[in-house]
Amino acid sequence: MKAAVIEWGPYLVLILVGFLPNEVWRVVGLLTARGLNEDSELVIWSRTVATALLAGVIAKLILFSSGELANIPLPVRIGAAVCAFGTYLGMKRSVFAGVIAGEVALLLGGFFFTH
Amino acid sequence: MSASITFRSSAAAYFAGVKSALLSVFSLVLMGTYIGMGALAHAADLSSGWLALSTVLVWAAPAQLIMISSFSTGATLFEVALAVTLSATRLFPMVVALLPLLRGPGTRIHNMLLPTHFTAISMWVESLRLLPAVAREHRIAFCNGLGCGYLGTAVTFGFVGYYLAAGLPPLLAGVLLFLTPMSFFLSTVHNARMMIDKLSLVLGLVLGPLLAYWGVQLDLMWTGIVGGSLAYAVHRVREATQ
Repeated sequence: MKAAVIEWGPYLVLILVGFLPNEVWRVVGLLTARGLNEDSELVIWSRTVATALLAGVIAKLILFSSGELANIPLPVRIGAAVCAFGTYLGMKRSVFAGVIAGEVALLLGGFFFTH
Repeated sequence: MSASITFRSSAAAYFAGVKSALLSVFSLVLMGTYIGMGALAHAADLSSGWLALSTVLVWAAPAQLIMISSFSTGATLFEVALAVTLSATRLFPMVVALLPLLRGPGTRIHNMLLPTHFTAISMWVESLRLLPAVAREHRIAFCNGLGCGYLGTAVTFGFVGYYLAAGLPPLLAGVLLFLTPMSFFLSTVHNARMMIDKLSLVLGLVLGPLLAYWGVQLDLMWTGIVGGSLAYAVHRVREATQ
């Protein structure tokens, strides 16, 4: 992407790799005259593909971090994610409580283990 | 029919939509996600105006996350576009499910353009919940209000995160960068109620870093297709044996 951004500029790249490939599915939905069953096999499969892909992005962001997050050691990042998940389960499946716990764990771990 | 809520005008319906958006729990989720997104955009050396435009045009946090996190990597345009389009397939059934609720006797396709573009998880869940109680002639206006409320929240807090990241000491900026992956991780866990979704999630968490570590070309696309198809196959086998 680096080379492409230099050559095309960030705004053209936004249209080409962000807007168009994303918006196409909304337009296809709009143009699909007859309704599509929520439980059709194609819809279920596309949901599993999208879920796995997003999970892959999340894991990569945590494991191969960039920017200031990369300065916080890997075990601290993984520990904070585990802490977030545990709190989520322990606090009646509260996403909010889990995120806060993960952030606090990362802050404390980062404070004590980053030199 | 139980269409109980009528409005004096389309404008009133629109503002009622904006208000429902701002008062719903999704606004809080969007604030956190887009504060984190702002921090990521700052770390990727993008401008805050670029982030705002990407929120308006793309309006899908997963797609934006994939795009922004690929900016400083060696991935090709084609590879990123492919990952974005695979992440966006969910929008298709969402739009298909939403439109029948909005369509009235005199509705033209151009009236549907804005609600179609606004379709994203937050707006969609709230529309499906609230629209049945809204009089049919005001549903599109109400829906556009919801969309604008959520989009406005996201754009605003994208700026907040961007400038916070610019001014914060390194450790706190790191904590801010952790916000989006964390909130996505837990909300995906939260939405994965069925076995097939849980399996896709776990396979993606494992395959994503592995394929990237091995230097596989188009690693995100393969994570989605291989992980998703495996989960789907397990689901089919289980269904067949039950």
